Amino acid sequence: MPPTVPAAFEAVDISYWALSPMIVLLVGAFVGVLVEAFAPRGTRHLTQVVVAVGSIVISLAALVFMTADEVGVTVGGTIAVDGPTRFMQGTLLVFGLLSLLVMADRLGGDTADALTPMGAASPGSELEAQAARKGWSTTEAFPLALFALAGMLLFPASNDLLTMFVALELLSLPLYLMSGLARRRRLLSQEAALKYFLLGAFSSGFFLFGAALLYGYAGSIGLPEIAAAATTSTGEFEGLLLPGVVMVLVGLLFKVGAVPFHSWTPDVYQGAPTPVTGFMAACTKAAAFGALLRLAYVGLETTRWEWHMGVVVIAALTMVIGSVLSVTQTDIKRLLAYSAIAHAGFVLVALISFDRSGVVGVLFYVTAYGISTIAAFAIVNLVRERDAEATHLSQWAGLGRKHPWLAGSFALLMLAFAGIPLTSGFTAKVAAFMPALEHGGRSGVVLVVIAVLMSAITAFVYVRLIVLMFFTEPTGEVTAATPATLSLTVIAVGVLVTIALGVFPGPLLDLAEQSSVFITR
Amino acid sequence: MLTDLAWLLVALPLLGAALLLLGGRLTDSFGPLLATALSWGSFLVGAAIFVSMLGSDPGERASSIELWNWVPAGSIDVMAGLLVDPLSMAFVLLVTFVGSLIHVYSLGYMEHDPDKRRFFAYLNLFVASMLLLVLADSYLLLFVGWEGVGLASWLLIGFWNHNPAYATAANKAFIVNRIGDVGLLLAMSIMLATFGTLDFAAVDGGVAGAGEGTLTAIGLLLLLAACGKSAQFPLQSWLGDAMAGPTPVSALIHAATMVTAGIYLVVRSHAIFEGAPNAQLAVVIVGAITLVYGAIVGCAKDDMKKALAASTMSQIGYMMLAAGLGPVGYAFAIFHLITHGFFKAGMFLGAGSVMHGMDNQVDMRRFGGLSTAMKITWVTFGLGWLAILGVPPFSGFWSKDKIIEAAFVGEGWRPWVFGLTALIGAGITAFYMSRLFFMTFHGKKRWTEDVHPHESPLTMTIPMMVLAVGSAFLGLVLATVAPIGTWLEPVFGHVEHHEPVLPVPVLMAATLIVVAIGGVWAWLTYGRDEVPVVAPEGSALTRAARRDLYQDELNATLLQWPGLALTRGLVSVDADGIDGAGVGGLARWTERSSSWLRGAQNGYARTYALTMLSGVVVFLAALWVIN
Repeated sequence: MPPTVPAAFEAVDISYWALSPMIVLLVGAFVGVLVEAFAPRGTRHLTQVVVAVGSIVISLAALVFMTADEVGVTVGGTIAVDGPTRFMQGTLLVFGLLSLLVMADRLGGDTADALTPMGAASPGSELEAQAARKGWSTTEAFPLALFALAGMLLFPASNDLLTMFVALELLSLPLYLMSGLARRRRLLSQEAALKYFLLGAFSSGFFLFGAALLYGYAGSIGLPEIAAAATTSTGEFEGLLLPGVVMVLVGLLFKVGAVPFHSWTPDVYQGAPTPVTGFMAACTKAAAFGALLRLAYVGLETTRWEWHMGVVVIAALTMVIGSVLSVTQTDIKRLLAYSAIAHAGFVLVALISFDRSGVVGVLFYVTAYGISTIAAFAIVNLVRERDAEATHLSQWAGLGRKHPWLAGSFALLMLAFAGIPLTSGFTAKVAAFMPALEHGGRSGVVLVVIAVLMSAITAFVYVRLIVLMFFTEPTGEVTAATPATLSLTVIAVGVLVTIALGVFPGPLLDLAEQSSVFITR
Repeated sequence: MLTDLAWLLVALPLLGAALLLLGGRLTDSFGPLLATALSWGSFLVGAAIFVSMLGSDPGERASSIELWNWVPAGSIDVMAGLLVDPLSMAFVLLVTFVGSLIHVYSLGYMEHDPDKRRFFAYLNLFVASMLLLVLADSYLLLFVGWEGVGLASWLLIGFWNHNPAYATAANKAFIVNRIGDVGLLLAMSIMLATFGTLDFAAVDGGVAGAGEGTLTAIGLLLLLAACGKSAQFPLQSWLGDAMAGPTPVSALIHAATMVTAGIYLVVRSHAIFEGAPNAQLAVVIVGAITLVYGAIVGCAKDDMKKALAASTMSQIGYMMLAAGLGPVGYAFAIFHLITHGFFKAGMFLGAGSVMHGMDNQVDMRRFGGLSTAMKITWVTFGLGWLAILGVPPFSGFWSKDKIIEAAFVGEGWRPWVFGLTALIGAGITAFYMSRLFFMTFHGKKRWTEDVHPHESPLTMTIPMMVLAVGSAFLGLVLATVAPIGTWLEPVFGHVEHHEPVLPVPVLMAATLIVVAIGGVWAWLTYGRDEVPVVAPEGSALTRAARRDLYQDELNATLLQWPGLALTRGLVSVDADGIDGAGVGGLARWTERSSSWLRGAQNGYARTYALTMLSGVVVFLAALWVIN
C-alpha cells in the first residue's frame, strides 16, 4: 500500500470524552506546576496532594462513566480507546492513587520523609541542610507523577508507533527525575536516576529506529496498517521488518524489565525513593505491558511467526535470571527488583500465547501484581532503623515480633508473590499460564514448565523472608515509622485486595474477559 | 413442622460457644450462666420435637431436614442435612438432658476456677458437636460432629494443661482417636467409591447391591472408628488417662455421651453390618473382650475416677456386644446406653462431689466412712451403684439383663461363649463396683489428716439427685411403661422374639447369683475387713490390672518403637538423600549460579548498555538465522 499524502490539511475527529481521563491528569499536572510557582511553602504540600488526588479521582470517574459511544479509535486513528485500554487505564489510575497516597504520607521524625527536602540542592550542601531545617519537601514530585501517569494512560492506548513513542517519553522523563529525589543516600539516588536516564535514552533510540524501519516496511506508522502490510507486502522491503520489530520490541521490553534489558532495574529500584519505586514497579510495568499487548496483538500479530521464538527465549531468560538472582540478594529493594523481573517473565508467558485468554491473563496478572507491589514497597518505606530505611535483610530479622501486623501483611504479600493459593498470586499465575498451555503450542508448554520451576525458586526467597521476620532473633532496633495513616491505609487496601483476588477472583476476571478485545479502526 | 427447628438444637450451644470464646473477658460474668441456659434451651427444643413426634404415626416419625448444598462436586452432591428419627431423638434427649444437668453441676464445681468461661464454652462446643454427630443425615456431616467432639474432648481433658501430665493425657486421647478417625475416613472413601454417596438413606439402599467383601471392609473400618471413640479394645488405652480432665467432663464426655458415639455409629450402620456377618462377629468379639478387660482393670484401680473409667469401658463393651448381635441386640444396646448414661454420669458426679469434699484426692485407700459426712452423695451414688450392679428394680437390671439374655440367643458355640462372658462380666462388675462403693463410703475412716469432708453445694447435689432418680426408675419406665424397643422399631424394623439357649428365668437367677457373689465378696474384703492404706503388692494379675494389663507397654513395643524407627529412617533418608543430595544440591547449584550471575550486575552504566546492545544483536541475529 503506497503512502497516501493528503491533498490538504484535514481536521480529524477528536472524541474529547474518550480522551478525558488523560486530559484531566494533564490539567491537574499543569495546575500543580502553577501551585509550585505561586502557593506559599507552608500550604504547598497539602495543596499538591489535594490537586493530585483530585485529578486522579476525577479522571477515574471520567473513565468509569464514559459511555459506550466513546469507545473506539479517535484522533485520526492514533489513539484507540477500547477494552484493554480502559482496563489498563483504570488499573493505572488506581495504582497511581495508591502510590501517590504513600508518597504523600509525611511520617514522623526529622528525616522520615522519603523525598529530599530540596531536589535542586546538591547532596550534603548547606542549602540542603537549610531546606531540611525548614521542613521543606520536594512537592514537585506530585505534578511530575501526574505527567508520568498521563503518559502511562496514553501508552496502552497508542495505536501508532509515534504516539507510542510520545507516551513512552512522557512517562519516562518525570520518572527519571523522581528517581533522583531520595532524601537519604542521595548520591546513590542520583546515580540511579542518571543510569535510568542514560539507558532509557538508549532504549528509546532503539524504539525510534525500529519505528523508522517499520515505516519503511509498511509505509505507515499505524499499527493496523503495519499488520495489514504483512498480507499485502510485495516483499520489496521485507528485510526491514525483522530489525524493525526487534528494535521496537526492545524499547518496550526495556520498560517491563525483561532480560537482557533489565540491568537498570535493581539499581534504580534501590536508589529511587521507596514510594517512587512502588509507583514505578506497579505503574510502569502495567503501562508497558499494555503497550506491548497492543503492539503484539494489533501491530505484529500477522508477522508473529517471524519473531515469536525470540520473545519466547526472552521470557524464559527473564524468568530464570530474575528468579535465580533474587536468591543471593541482601537488600530488600533489590530483592523486590529481581522479583519484579521474574514476574515480568511470567506475564510474557501469557502474552505470547496469542489468544484472547492470554490478554485476560496479562490484564489480571498485572493488576494483581501491581496492587501487592505497591503495598509491599509501602511497608518497606515504613521499616526504619534510627530514622533511616532499613533495607538490608539482616535488619528485618525478628520484625514479626515487634510489628506482627506489618510483618504479617508483608508475609502475606510475599506468599502472593510466590503464588500460594487463596492469594491473588495464585489466581494470577493460573490465569497467565493456562493460555500458554492451551494455545501456546510446544513453546508455551516449555515456558510454563520453566515458569513453575522458577516459581519454586522464588518461593524459597519469599519464604526465607518470612522465616527471617518471624523465626529469627531481632538484632537491631528496627521500628515502624509513625504516624503513617495514609501508608497503613494503602497497605490494608493492598492486603485485602490481594486476599480478595485470591478468594473471589471472578468479578475481576469477568471484567478482564469483557475487556479483552482490541478495536483497530 | 416442629422438626424443622431441629437445626436450633445444634445452633443454640454452638452460639454459646462462639459468644463465650469470641466475647473473651466481656462474657466472664454471665458466660457460664448463658452457656447453661443455651444448653437447657437446646433440651427444650429437643423435648418439644420429641412430643410432636409422639403425636405422629410411628412409621412417619423420621424426617430429614435439608439445610444447604454442602459439597457440590460434579456428579457427587453432598447435602448438609439433619435426620430426625427415633434413634437420633433418643440421643438428643440423653445428650441435652444429661449435658444440661452437668452444666448446672459445673456452675458449682468450677466456681473458683479462673478460666471457667472457657470451660463452659468448651462444654457448649461439645454439646453442639455431639448433637451434630447424632443428627447428621450423612457420614460426612457425622464426621464433622465426630471430629468436633474429639476436639472438645481434647480441649477439656487438657483443660488444666499447666500440668504437663494432663496435657500429655489430652494428646494421648487425641492421637489414639485419630487412629479411629482414619478408619472412619477410609470407610467413607470406600462408601463413596461403592455407593457414590455418603447419605445414610442412600447407603442403606445401596447395601443390597454391594459385595460382601466390600461390606466387610467398610464394617471393619467403621468398627475401628467406633473402637477409637468408644475406648474399645485395642484402642482403649486413652480413656483412663482422660480422667485428667475436670470431673464434670469425665461424667459428660467420657462416660455418658461421647464414648457412646461408637455404639451410635455401629447401630446407625446396621444395614452394612447385617450384610457383613464377619464384621458383625468382630463387633461382638471386641465387645466381649473389652467388657472383661475393663472389668478386670476396674478391680485393681485405687484411683476412684480411673476405676469408674474402667467400668465405663466395660459397660460400653456390653453395648458393643449387643450392637454386634444383630437386630435382637440393637434396641438393648441403646437401652443400656441410655440407662448407663444416667447412672454412670450420676456416679461420676458423685465422685466429683467426693473429690470436692476431700481436697481433690482420688485415692480410695484414703477414703472410707464417707457415708456419714456426705449423706446426699452417699445416697445418690448408692442408687447408681445398685443400678450398675443390676439389682432389681433399678435401671441397670432391665437393660443389662436384656443384653445377657440376647447374648445367649443363637446356635452353636456363640451363645455359650458370649453369653457366659457377659454373665461372668456381670459378676466381676458387681465385685469392683461394690469394692469402689465400700472403700469410699463404708469401713473405717482412713483420711489424711488435713481433710474435712463436707457435703457439696446444691448446684452440685441437685443434678446428682435428678440423675439418681433416673438411675433408679428410668430402666423400669423404658422397659414397661414406654418400651424403648417399640420406640426404636421404625429404625431397626420389627424383631422376632428369640428364645435363648437357656430358659430366661434360669438366666435371670444365674445373673442375680453371680452379682450377689461379687457384691458379698467385695463387702467381706473391703467393707468388713480393714483396707490397708498402702496397696499390697498383690498377685501378678492384680499388678497387671493396675497397669491396664500392660496396654501402654504393649502399644509402645508394638506400635510406638517400630513407628519411631520408621520415622527416623525416613527422616534420615529425607535429610541425607533427598534434601542433601537432591534438593540441597539443586539449591547449592542455584545459589552458585546466582552468585556468578551477580557479577554481571557491576553497577557501570556502560556494562549495562553493552549488555543491552549485545542482547539486541543476538536477538536479531538468532531470528535471522531461524528464518
